[in-house]
Amino acid sequence: MRFALIGQPNCGKSTLFNQVAGYKAETGNFSGTSVTFTASKVRVMGQVVELVDLPGTYTLAGTNPAEREVFDYLASHSVDAIINVVDASHLAQGLELTLELLELERPTVVALNMIDEARRLGIVIDGAHLQERLDAPVLPMIASRGRGVKEVFTTTLRVAQQQKNARRIPFGTEVDETVVHLAGQLDGEADPLPATTAAIKLIEGDRKLEGQLKIIRPELTSQIEQARNFLRSRHGQDPVWVFGGERHARASEIAQAYILQGEHRLTWRDRLDDVLLHPVLGYVALISILFLFFQFVYRFGSLLEVPLINFFDHLNAQMQGQLANSAFLAYVLTGVIQGISGGVAIVLPYLTPFLLGLGLLEDIGYLPRVAFLMDALMHRLGLHGKAIVPFILGYGCNVPAIMSTRILEEKRDRYVAAALSTLVPCAARLAVVFGLVAFYLGPNMALLIYLLNLFVIALTARVLTRVLPEASPGLILEMPVYRMPTFRTLSSKTWFRIREFIVEAWPVLIAGSVVLALLNYFDISKYFNYLLTPLSWVLGLPNQVGVPLIFGILRKELSLIMLHQALGGVELKDVLTSTQMMTFSVFVVFYIPCLATLLVIRKELGNKAMAAIAGMTVVIATMAAFLARILGSIFFK
Amino acid sequence: MIKPEKPKVLLEVESGTTVRILKFMTGNELEGKLRQLGILPGNCAKVIRHAPLGGPFLIELNGREIALGQAIASKIEVEVVSCVSP
Repeated sequence: MRFALIGQPNCGKSTLFNQVAGYKAETGNFSGTSVTFTASKVRVMGQVVELVDLPGTYTLAGTNPAEREVFDYLASHSVDAIINVVDASHLAQGLELTLELLELERPTVVALNMIDEARRLGIVIDGAHLQERLDAPVLPMIASRGRGVKEVFTTTLRVAQQQKNARRIPFGTEVDETVVHLAGQLDGEADPLPATTAAIKLIEGDRKLEGQLKIIRPELTSQIEQARNFLRSRHGQDPVWVFGGERHARASEIAQAYILQGEHRLTWRDRLDDVLLHPVLGYVALISILFLFFQFVYRFGSLLEVPLINFFDHLNAQMQGQLANSAFLAYVLTGVIQGISGGVAIVLPYLTPFLLGLGLLEDIGYLPRVAFLMDALMHRLGLHGKAIVPFILGYGCNVPAIMSTRILEEKRDRYVAAALSTLVPCAARLAVVFGLVAFYLGPNMALLIYLLNLFVIALTARVLTRVLPEASPGLILEMPVYRMPTFRTLSSKTWFRIREFIVEAWPVLIAGSVVLALLNYFDISKYFNYLLTPLSWVLGLPNQVGVPLIFGILRKELSLIMLHQALGGVELKDVLTSTQMMTFSVFVVFYIPCLATLLVIRKELGNKAMAAIAGMTVVIATMAAFLARILGSIFFK
Repeated sequence: MIKPEKPKVLLEVESGTTVRILKFMTGNELEGKLRQLGILPGNCAKVIRHAPLGGPFLIELNGREIALGQAIASKIEVEVVSCVSP
């Protein structure tokens, strides 16, 4: 059994998915957080069902890659039932997609999500009559609190088992006759699509489908053209817009009939934008929020880092005492301990508060506001406000950042945004900056690196915009209402991301740390270091940084943890000057994004883009680090 | 009865004004995107605010708020008229 979850952007689909499947999909209060399909097995009344979370889409017509993927999926796979999540506070809008889904004539259940939010806006929906009108089950739900979720799934299981197919709601007479007529000619050739859906797609000008059918039925082309001409003459509109218009009209009419409008109670949430989007106060708020966020991460992290590092150093010293007669074991053990302590003492103390804070800002709905405020500035970088989303996600991890560039419509924008967001220091690099620079040189120096980073990104953007001139139409972004994050969603989201570090990155950290210990023991590391001598010479860094930098490509945290080891496991401030610490950190911040990021760039944009971006980052890193060296030698006396 | 003024583009409209959308001077793809969000000819929208320094417009339409960049706002023809969406 397979159920597909589908709904418009930001309707709470992924929240529902996570409620039943455990936290597996990224959620946030802005459009297009889920850009990939996530599937999970769930149990419904003792039966195992595969639940597929599809990216949010306004329509199945497919103007951007994310939307196209949804249609292709529903068209190609056999889904046993569709769960259509509709934001109850925007019923008319949501029903447009619902009507389109009903046309697919599959078992369908409509889940009216966020009915609490709707009620706050004074919207009460007559579910019983709506259900009658749509001829498909309509159920109320508050996914973020888990209310109504069980009923949605048991109902879906029932309609799937009974194979109770939905029925499409007819368009206005003329349009409907045209569709039915063309559908009659198709003779079931469009399987698994219902003939009427295929007919609509063909009239709308779906080239892929037309191409497929033309091979078997060449004469269809003229029939399609006939239908298009008829609609064009009758409606005075390009046929592309006819069905959307029909659905829009029908959806508004249905919504109006079943919404019992109550009183809209204005609350603080409605007034919040007067401050947060204010032409002056908005930016003050933005800077304050980011500053507080930064302080929170730093204070929380440094509070834990010192005692934890001391603990592990103490532990290591004791172990060394025990193993005094076996140098080999002592080396390996040091590697293991430093790998473990790197995760516990250096990464997690900063990663945890960072992800909590980011999750909070996402769930409240602040990120689209940032896009709004930053649009003008982003234009100067040759992008538009929406491109701020990959940037902000990039501070957590570059991988989802690259994936989220799919929300941009133009290929060129995706390319530029991907290139720039790999320069954004992710949480792994945050660990290096905080664990090295902030720890030894103070938080202001760390902040300086972040500012330098912004400056370099802006400069790179200017150069890229020269090479690839701007062609993007600009910002179109829905502003969601502010939502109160629930503890449950926030904590499971944070845990989901931390778990990713623990499961995927940490073992690599420990293994890398052991490998380095072995390289040191057998005295091989010097060959690697020779390889990077030109670089370490230019940057004025000790020769031993070669190995940590090479391994840093696997995971950026490795470069710091291995640096400790490569330099003999001594107090770093005794062997590195302040300038060297700055130079090293700056280089780590910019050079080649980690392996996972490179792979996702290749997947999204191809080999050439991956090579170009990797090459670009090395050049930028070297220049920026050299600049840091010069500035350092002037200011650190 | 307020007499409708002559058509303008959205870009020229002040905050706090209600307008009726007339037509788009954009490409098809972009028009599709706007239509999905309920920005259809005949619908009414209110310009709530705009960001400074050439920033985007925030309009309210059918109870939802949508930010539109200036490049797009300059391609939507509207008439300033007191209206309520159908």
